[in-house]
Amino acid sequence: MISSKPTTQRSFEGWILVIPALLLLALVFAYPIARAFWLSLFTENLGTRLQPVFAGLGNFGRMAGDGRFWQSLQNTGVFTLLSVTLEMLLGTTIALVLNQSFRGRGALRAIVLLPWALPTAVMALAWTWIFNDQYGVLNDVLLRLGLVHSSINWLGEPSLAMLSLVVADVWKTTPFISIILLAGLQSISPDLYEAHAIDGASPWQSFRKITLPLLMPQILIALVFRFAQAFGLFDLVQVMTGGGPGGSTETVSLYIYATIMRYLDFGYGAALVVVTFSLLVTVVSLAARLLRKSANLLLSDE
Amino acid sequence: MTRLELQNLNKVYSPQSIPVKNLSLSVEEGEFLTLLGPSGCGKSTILRLIAGLESPTAGQIRIGDREVSKLRAGDRNIAMVFQSYALYPHMTVYENIASGLKLRKMPAREIQQRVTEVSWVLGLEEFLQRKPGQLSGGQRQRVAVGRALVRRPDVFLLDEPLSNLDALLRERVRAELKQLFESQRSPVVYVTHDQTEAMTLSTKVAVLSNGFLQQLDSPQQIYNYPINQFVASFVGSPQMNLIPVVCQGQYALLGTSKIPLPAMTMIPPQVILGIRPEQVRLASEGQPTTVQGQVFLVENLGMHNLLSVRVAGSPGETSAAPIMLRALLPADQPWRESVSLVLPPEAIHWFDGQTGGRLGDGSS
Amino acid sequence: MNNVQSRSLIFKVILTGAIGLIALFCLAPVLWQVLTSLKTGQEILAIPNRYWPQHYTLDNYTVLFTDRPFLRYILNSGFVSLASTGLCLSIGTPAAYALARLRLWGQQFILAGILVVTLFPYVLLFLGLLEILQALKLGNNYLALIVPYTAINLPLTILVMRSFFQQLPQDLEDAAQVDGYSTWQMLTQILLPMTTPALVTTGILAFIFSWNEFIFALTFITQDDLKTIPVAAAQLSGATVFDVPYGPIAAATVLGTFPLVLLVLFFQRQIVQGLTAGAVKG
Repeated sequence: MISSKPTTQRSFEGWILVIPALLLLALVFAYPIARAFWLSLFTENLGTRLQPVFAGLGNFGRMAGDGRFWQSLQNTGVFTLLSVTLEMLLGTTIALVLNQSFRGRGALRAIVLLPWALPTAVMALAWTWIFNDQYGVLNDVLLRLGLVHSSINWLGEPSLAMLSLVVADVWKTTPFISIILLAGLQSISPDLYEAHAIDGASPWQSFRKITLPLLMPQILIALVFRFAQAFGLFDLVQVMTGGGPGGSTETVSLYIYATIMRYLDFGYGAALVVVTFSLLVTVVSLAARLLRKSANLLLSDE
Repeated sequence: MTRLELQNLNKVYSPQSIPVKNLSLSVEEGEFLTLLGPSGCGKSTILRLIAGLESPTAGQIRIGDREVSKLRAGDRNIAMVFQSYALYPHMTVYENIASGLKLRKMPAREIQQRVTEVSWVLGLEEFLQRKPGQLSGGQRQRVAVGRALVRRPDVFLLDEPLSNLDALLRERVRAELKQLFESQRSPVVYVTHDQTEAMTLSTKVAVLSNGFLQQLDSPQQIYNYPINQFVASFVGSPQMNLIPVVCQGQYALLGTSKIPLPAMTMIPPQVILGIRPEQVRLASEGQPTTVQGQVFLVENLGMHNLLSVRVAGSPGETSAAPIMLRALLPADQPWRESVSLVLPPEAIHWFDGQTGGRLGDGSS
Repeated sequence: MNNVQSRSLIFKVILTGAIGLIALFCLAPVLWQVLTSLKTGQEILAIPNRYWPQHYTLDNYTVLFTDRPFLRYILNSGFVSLASTGLCLSIGTPAAYALARLRLWGQQFILAGILVVTLFPYVLLFLGLLEILQALKLGNNYLALIVPYTAINLPLTILVMRSFFQQLPQDLEDAAQVDGYSTWQMLTQILLPMTTPALVTTGILAFIFSWNEFIFALTFITQDDLKTIPVAAAQLSGATVFDVPYGPIAAATVLGTFPLVLLVLFFQRQIVQGLTAGAVKG
């Protein structure tokens, strides 16, 4: 494509157009992270009467021995792994169904989109109600089907509470994956499948040899996005379990929130932010390395 | 008086633009210059440099006595018609035509008057309140021309304005454009890869290849005296026959016939003989310099038959690449499988096989 | 019946079953809340569950508006979301144009930065923002939400709008330059009218994200009459732990989700388009 003239004049105008957005992004994204790095070197809590006292890497030393932190990290890991895996599987299935032609496809697409669009905190209330141990509809259905003989305390048992969170999260975020993957599926030329079928391939072979490889960029993008979101999940847990029972569903983000807002331990909270951020960046940049090939393709100016 | 002059214009290669190399030319008042060349020759880049949509790496662009190469496109007082017409889809035809005048703070009454005038000339009166989306391709093209005309600019630039029209419409619009631009005085620069457009519309044609100007001349000169092998092969349809020949003394050998070479001080190691198919004739009985050959392909072009003839007696006759001559004959002229052809000496062009330059006559 | 026919029949049966299951999975939690919200307290607590209410009642909704300022919460959410959406589009669109067309020095880095920023969980940001708000005395102010919401929607806005701008024909902008439009005039008079569909798409996405945001709203707004609906709904509780107001909670969730359900129903095409353009093209 032939582009307009790159004179200093045009480039100067370009910066004027970009700068407000960049400033705002810096204020809301870059500054808080940078500030957390700085604050993490201080002790600033009720013990110091909320005055910053330089502590070097003391906060990080404290973290190493903080069982609650490690527990929350483990919870986050388990949650992320379970929910993202299930979402990818289910999301792919839904995308494959939506990619078929049938009557009411548009309607189904709207229905699938719905969970994604609704407020997580609000729908967490709906799920809490569904999982309610006494009056919940889930227990009711299971009892009627004879699958269980007494009500299950879904949100009261550590591993069941985690499972409940995963189910609610899968419900909420699978649509996002389906939509991204559907876009990928629709960009695959049907000719490829026909040619492959003429060569004698079964549907499963076509899926393995054509769909999956060509869908890889979308799969990786969805994975990275979902990983970051699941890793920082806050509202669903906060509303459904509050981290309970007994800290068994407390995620890192919940722990950060409690450290800062409940215990007013700002220095340590900042250190937690720094560690979480670094972990996230590490994993994402590893994934980005995988992504680079496809990302280069997608980032280029078409 | 307005006059467009390019002096030593250069644009180095970048991913976004095809290069232009040391181009100097001028277009006088009342002249219609066509930049002709295959895609990738730099002709569009030149137009965009004149327009101010790209800035030159070096060189000057002068309009009248102003040096404009540092000015923004909007300040150069030029108007441009784009290949895709580039009409603003959300504006009516009237607003499209008037937009450039409004930006120049022209009084509303004068705008009204000018738009009315232009739309009358172009037959657009009925469409003034429509949006471009409701117009046919030909009508859109006229709106684009109208948007340029109404400005009364110092220079008109047209970038392949006919290439999106179907063949029938193209001929009619070509004639309309010719009339339209003959009736005004500002220099016109027109870019095309279609030689018919170049030949019919222009007072001057600049043939370009790889960013270099090959020849700048009137259409007749370019057709009759192509300055090099590239121009010879690019201009004219069907394409000129260009045949490498073996020289013997003052003669070139083509099949069994000896063709006299033009006078020149030194004969280059490789010589190319060029002759346009329309100038190759069937020999009548007993003509001296004839070329014998076998017809192996006939293409019927309606008014003419285009014969492809394998020249007899040439070294490559039986090999994979025999010497081949194409002749354009009137459709009613009979021919036999085995033909004798006459190459009139005055219609033959000679080129240096290595440099591609024209040899001999020194006519250009 | 031959092999091919029976195979396609099996396929049809499986497909129909899958469609039904997917629809049920996606809709059931929402529908159950709707049904719950229409039941009387007695029916809500019936064991075994009574699926369809025998006596429909709107009491659960009335309570929200009489005992609680739910109208106020909805208006808060609406105002904050609309304001930040408008601000986001007016800041993000020019930036998107510049990044699409006016080759800027280092724009690959800017784009990469914008992409990375979309991955930041908000929990990492609220401490730094809280400090700024306290320093500027902006706590319990709509601006405390409008500014961060504008920022969190900027990356998506820029990526989606950029991909729309890149699809526009370059000739049009060249024609506008030759006609004498300045960059700003071209943006507002030529390009903006053409990108209305894209603006609608992006605006809807920004509105949804703003409406749904939780952690900033929970942290930065403590004054009751400034709260947004997700926070207000989550904080609904009874006098004691044994007196959870299930009916009003259900009604609150229905109220909080209703505007979004409408958006999805009317604009699903645009939403899908925006999501894919933002995530995949970016």
